[in-house]
Amino acid sequence: MKVFCIAEYRFDELNPLSIEILNLANQIKGDGTAEAVVIGKDVGKYAEELVKYADRVWKVEDDALENYTPDLYVDVLLQLVEKENPDLILVGNTSQGSEFAPYLAAKLNAPLATDVVAVDTSDGVKVSRYLMQGKLMVDLKLKSTPCVLTIRQGIFKEGSEVGGEIVDAGIKPSRESKRKFISYIEPEVGEVDITQADIIVSVGRGIEDASNIELAEELAELLGGVVAGSRPVIDNGWLPKDRQVGISGKVVKPKLYLALGISGAFQHVMGMKDSELIIAINKDPEAPIFGVAHYGVVADLFDVVPELIDKLKELKG
Amino acid sequence: MKIIVLAKHAPDPESEISVASDGKSVSQSGLVYDINDWDRYAVEEAIRIKEERDGEVVVVGVGTSCDDTLRKCLAMGADRAIKIPVDTSFDAYQTAEVIKEALKDEEFDIIMAGLMSQDLNNAQVGVLLAAMLDLPVATAVAEMKVEDGKVIAKRELEGGYLEEVELPTPCVLTIQSGINEPRYVSIMGIKRAKSKEMKEVNVSPTISTLEIEKMYLPPVKKAEMIEGDASEIAEKLIAIFKERGLI
Ligand SMILES: Cc1cc2nc3c(=O)[nH]c(=O)nc-3n(C[C@H](O)[C@H](O)[C@H](O)COP(=O)(O)OP(=O)(O)OC[C@H]3O[C@@H](n4cnc5c(N)ncnc54)[C@H](O)[C@@H]3O)c2cc1C
Repeated sequence: MKVFCIAEYRFDELNPLSIEILNLANQIKGDGTAEAVVIGKDVGKYAEELVKYADRVWKVEDDALENYTPDLYVDVLLQLVEKENPDLILVGNTSQGSEFAPYLAAKLNAPLATDVVAVDTSDGVKVSRYLMQGKLMVDLKLKSTPCVLTIRQGIFKEGSEVGGEIVDAGIKPSRESKRKFISYIEPEVGEVDITQADIIVSVGRGIEDASNIELAEELAELLGGVVAGSRPVIDNGWLPKDRQVGISGKVVKPKLYLALGISGAFQHVMGMKDSELIIAINKDPEAPIFGVAHYGVVADLFDVVPELIDKLKELKG
Repeated sequence: MKIIVLAKHAPDPESEISVASDGKSVSQSGLVYDINDWDRYAVEEAIRIKEERDGEVVVVGVGTSCDDTLRKCLAMGADRAIKIPVDTSFDAYQTAEVIKEALKDEEFDIIMAGLMSQDLNNAQVGVLLAAMLDLPVATAVAEMKVEDGKVIAKRELEGGYLEEVELPTPCVLTIQSGINEPRYVSIMGIKRAKSKEMKEVNVSPTISTLEIEKMYLPPVKKAEMIEGDASEIAEKLIAIFKERGLI
């Protein structure tokens, strides 16, 4: 199989996921090739990094490609795909990748699967992915090639070096971008930096209401920690934005991560899975959070947390 | 300003979930349906823009039983609904295709979709539709401003960063949760919604790009479970905290 891997970078750094998709490509290419594509204005340094893990790296360089726009990425990729006929196009399931990949797939009339966690190419192309926010899995067979897959982060970290060649693709955008990049906006800084905390009491939608945040605050205070939350808690305005743990929030690595009423959606888990000790309290015995937690409690948090608060108070005298 | 909003009648992942006996679909028993969470934000945003700039909000639903969700959107303030009474498969191309066909005679400035559906988590329909219609697209929009002939949108990136972009209209936007606070549906709204138009457009998908081989519960590495009543659980948790030197 000829596998294309579309690389991604931002703020001068290659996204590690670009190496992960090359690792995957090397696993499934058989007697084919794992080829990276890197698009931009000056992409030489990314190509150098990528080529360690690729049989070939295609550089697509042009001034108009300085900032990512989905239409120009798709425009140059279509040209390259037409010339090179890959069987499989792997893209990171990132904010950028999950944006242009469906556009590219539609223009190629190619089967598409997003947020893929396993790929099998022994008999056509089969993939596995989650649905229902992590509660079910599905195996899909893609009916034709080329096909486009976006790959979840953190799954294909292991790989060995290949060492290939860097080739200038000699491809230029054939049009102007309709969408214009204006700027990047940095996250606002709040008074508490959850990334520095040793103990985090994190609340999810299970906390039910803004007024119940107090309960978590009290527990956090007794433990000498801070309160953070999952996305719905932030979306609902129950905690400030800089307390969000997860892929679009912060990555934390405390000594203790106490997850209260959090289901364990992948976007949340990516932000806390490397915590030293994870304890989850959730009413639902099937909640995916129990797959990442070290200790789990199937219970109503409104029963357990007040008990915990009382006992900690006793202990502290 | 005419805005089309795609709203899916979708099962809540928090309802009781199991695999149907065919091993290839989700069992319908125990599923609780509602408007897809991300679409609620899209409907709200469209209505706010209409309230500010005038115009029309048209909500589009795909599925034989999506009436409740469409009525809910009408009650929130959408002007009319288009129902495409066909149950498309897992293949998002099919959903995008029937929507494209149903919108053939509509002129619009913006199409808004939720970033993804809460059941399939594909995040594909909005972008596929944009590509099929050859329109510019922005996904995961967390903030937006409409001006004459253009939209300024802030897209959500990883790690709390945003990317500000400008798109000409017509364009397609997929909306990220938290962009606004969706309004509750009032009794008045529900009453008013009854008289609003819900047009059925019959189209069937022709595309088929993938096949479901099997559906199953994911294998999970299980946490060590702590049992007992609330007081015992609290004791055991404190013992763990002590052992780890956390307190
Ligand atoms: C592009 C993108 C980026 C995202 N980024 C993030 C991110 O950075 N961070 C993030 O968290 N999410 C993120 N999400 C959202 C994510 O997919 C989930 O929707 C979210 O994490 C769910 O939060 P939750 O677990 O609090 O809520 P839910 O999934 O609703 O879960 C609530 C849980 O609480 C339990 N519960 C309810 N009541 C009680 C009770 N009384 N006692 C005990 N348990 C109870 C329920 O059993 C359930 O498991 C993102 C999504 C997308 C698409």
